[in-house]
Amino acid sequence: MSLLQVRDLSVVFHRKGTRPFTAVDGVSFDVEPGRTVGLVGESGSGKSVTALAIMGLLPKRNADTSGEVLFEDTDLLRLSDRQLRDRRGRDLGMVFQDPLSSLNPVIPIGLQITEVLERHRKMERKQARVEAADLLDRVGIPDPNRRLSEYPHQLSGGMRQRALIAIALACRPRLLIADEPTTALDVTIQAQILALLSELVRDTGTALIMITHDLGVVAGLCDEVNVMYGGRVVERAERHALFASARHPYTHGLLASIPRLDAPRGEKLVPIKGSVADNIPWARGCAFAPRCPNALEICREITPELEPDSGGMLRCHNPVSRPVAAGEGVR
Amino acid sequence: MTSILRRKAERIDELAEAGGTSLAADAVKRMLHNPVAITGAVITILFVLLAILAPFLAPKDPYIPYDELRANLRPDYIPGPMDGFVLGSDHRGYDFFSRLLVGAQQTLIVGVVATLIGVTVGMIIGGLAGALGGWVDTLLMRFTDILLAIPSLLLAISIAALFSQGTQWTVIIAVAVVSVPVFARLLRGAMLSQRASDHVLAATALGVRRRTIVFRHMLPNSLGPVVVQATLTLATSIIDVAALSFLGLGDNNTSRAEWGLMLAQAQSLLDVKPSLAFYPAIAIIVVALGFTLLGESLREALDPKNRR
Repeated sequence: MSLLQVRDLSVVFHRKGTRPFTAVDGVSFDVEPGRTVGLVGESGSGKSVTALAIMGLLPKRNADTSGEVLFEDTDLLRLSDRQLRDRRGRDLGMVFQDPLSSLNPVIPIGLQITEVLERHRKMERKQARVEAADLLDRVGIPDPNRRLSEYPHQLSGGMRQRALIAIALACRPRLLIADEPTTALDVTIQAQILALLSELVRDTGTALIMITHDLGVVAGLCDEVNVMYGGRVVERAERHALFASARHPYTHGLLASIPRLDAPRGEKLVPIKGSVADNIPWARGCAFAPRCPNALEICREITPELEPDSGGMLRCHNPVSRPVAAGEGVR
Repeated sequence: MTSILRRKAERIDELAEAGGTSLAADAVKRMLHNPVAITGAVITILFVLLAILAPFLAPKDPYIPYDELRANLRPDYIPGPMDGFVLGSDHRGYDFFSRLLVGAQQTLIVGVVATLIGVTVGMIIGGLAGALGGWVDTLLMRFTDILLAIPSLLLAISIAALFSQGTQWTVIIAVAVVSVPVFARLLRGAMLSQRASDHVLAATALGVRRRTIVFRHMLPNSLGPVVVQATLTLATSIIDVAALSFLGLGDNNTSRAEWGLMLAQAQSLLDVKPSLAFYPAIAIIVVALGFTLLGESLREALDPKNRR
């Protein structure tokens, strides 16, 4: 059975004076222990909101969350604040995008790790410190005992992200959500952090939800990929299937817009036209239709459903049939 | 003096390289390299030392009149510097110089106590509003809005006037109440921005208790502006106390040596002996300047934008 089952998750934001905004619309997916599931999409596709909704971190006052988030048969959305606080950090861990702003600048790294250990694993101060040094060591921070008494601004970007990962993993959560953990880092550090994450997932059997807009990250890390657009999943596939033969024109476009080293000289990148901002709501037709090169009349009339398609799931009336060949863009 | 400070700065630099530096240590380090901060700190330290040591430094007893001085007092003449009396007499035959020295102590006590009360009450109000939010926040902030709507000196005057008897405490309370809304708003604003910050979200995502989040993650990150404001308020408190005394709403124990009171008493004697007004005025200005320089450079040093 799956560790986490997200069923028909929807998030609607209300703000005075504006129309309600649906950020996530009927998203469903499963996460198995030891597997990595990717949520991919551009800014505004609802991937981060999905993560925050799973963690119960959305402000209650102006965000309506519906659906089910079953963590081993417990619906996280129905838990009280207190019950959820006991779960967060212990069962559910989260790594955020910007490692500097996600660490408290006025207290040393060590205290930020031990506070979680003391809170959830009921450790004594001394014991927690030993464990904290051990954790820093495990995420590859050299000289961990010294680092414990240092402040976030004294660490390099990569080390900060390692420290954040150490904090998130301190209580051995069974589910880890990483929200664009490599966006704020430079490329070599990105590779190190991704290697660290995949190693930790393999060693500890933690399930990982990887949120990213970077298909390179997906290629390196994810077992299964959910491509999101306008708050809905538009395509789901195993990693290899996705890269070999993306079916949705949006996924196809994302792949075609990546610069590649083996492209012929002078070939232009193919961006996806328009931006998420000028999408139409899913209520009538496909939200991607205005930007879609394959759009048909039906795409603007009838909302496509997420249906099984060659081993994965697809929400499209007119999918791409050919696999993306090397060096070939979408015309 | 400066060489000691420079050595201190180097020592702290070494410490910084050796291990962890907190935000506070970092700010101190930067202030020791800033001439404005050093000027402010020197004035402040001298003033505090003077205030503490005043009773021992004063050559005469500031609270009794001296016959040599009184003998020479006339409506149109107050004795100037003479044997044993550095600045001569005040209008009642007390030793002016000794009173000026002891005045530092009175002024510091009133300023510090008023500021401390203001900071404490303001922080309780602002902290509750920022931590709890909702209707508590609305209620407390409307209350501070009302206080802020009244010009500060007018508010202090009204409060001082509420008490039939002016004492040292009525002055302190009047001046403290004026600074309460400033601290409340400041801390609340800082707490609110902390509540929306990434590291508080990250702590929430780790299941850290609300109490811990408020006291360990939000409050310490919100204190910078409050510390700066407290230093600046100390300067304005001293001026406000002087202003209340000047307006006759201060301590009605007129023999107390307090700079504002001395200034107030000197106003009718400006043509007889202007130095009676001059020295207390200069003292107030210099001390207020010292605290202001210190506060401003503290603000600069604590500004995260200046952190490397």
